[in-house]
Amino acid sequence: MSNFKAFKKGLKNGTPIFLGYLAVSFTFGIQAKSMGIETWQAALISATNLTSAGQFAALGVIASASSYIEMALTQLVINLRYCLMSSSLSQRFDTKMKSIHRYLIAFGVTDEIFGVSSAYEKENVPPAYCYGLIAASWPGWVLGTILGAVSGDILPTSILSALGVALYGMFIAIIVPPTKKNKVLLGIVVISMLLSLGFALTPILKEISSGFKVIILTLVIASAAAYFFPIKEDVHDE
Amino acid sequence: MNNIYLYMFIMAAVTYLIRMLPLALIKRKITNKFFKSFLYYVPFVTLAVMTFPAILSATDSVWSALAAFVVAMIVAYAGGGLPIVASVACVVVFAVELFI
Repeated sequence: MSNFKAFKKGLKNGTPIFLGYLAVSFTFGIQAKSMGIETWQAALISATNLTSAGQFAALGVIASASSYIEMALTQLVINLRYCLMSSSLSQRFDTKMKSIHRYLIAFGVTDEIFGVSSAYEKENVPPAYCYGLIAASWPGWVLGTILGAVSGDILPTSILSALGVALYGMFIAIIVPPTKKNKVLLGIVVISMLLSLGFALTPILKEISSGFKVIILTLVIASAAAYFFPIKEDVHDE
Repeated sequence: MNNIYLYMFIMAAVTYLIRMLPLALIKRKITNKFFKSFLYYVPFVTLAVMTFPAILSATDSVWSALAAFVVAMIVAYAGGGLPIVASVACVVVFAVELFI
């Protein structure tokens, strides 16, 4: 596939991310503004971080004037899941790909962009596809932040509520189709959701931050699956 | 209040490093069967864990979210592509919330 085609495909598949980000960052913009952060500062935070939970947590750190170390640790803990995602994604590029692409794509490893990149049909994901996804998503994240900060009531809540679910719909579109042909994946998806629900309902476990919950469950479930059901060589090219 | 720009720099730098280091350090294809399999399964577990039950609190009402979840699962299973499943989920939430 030509670079241009891959980029265009990324743009297209990134459209739901654009809409979902618009809704989520809109609330971030509102919250940042309410804490006395200027609109353009909020936009700059979104433009340079491109992450949801980490940015919301940062607002708390800034508002309470906590130390810089605390800011670094908060971001480390909340965003550590990206480390797992980047590791997984590292296996999805051509080994001959120029290193610069790895440094650029790294900026866009969000839950959503990672998810959509992982769902690419071939083992080697073309970098242009990732750039297409980032080019579609990043503007949504920044624009939503600005709109939220400038005018918190520019979008009606019914629209925000509807758009808020777009990202989850996307996750479902990524994980469900492969489960039809692969019973192991079906089991993994079902168990992951059930244990995630279990975490949310269990008294002590539900206090664990969402970022850590993702890490713990991923380490446990993906390890168990890898141990009992090691993959065959050609798993990506079916 | 501390310097907001220093805060901004620290958060951006930490977040970028977490994302960048594995990509920069693991350049070869891993051949170890266990790690290879583990990394292959990672997206399925992370996305499933992040979707449920979090989706239930993503909208104004648990019921609209639950409806969107069920419909999205069905449409995805029936072969709807990514943009379709995502839009259908949004439409279901919007429609259900009109009636409750």
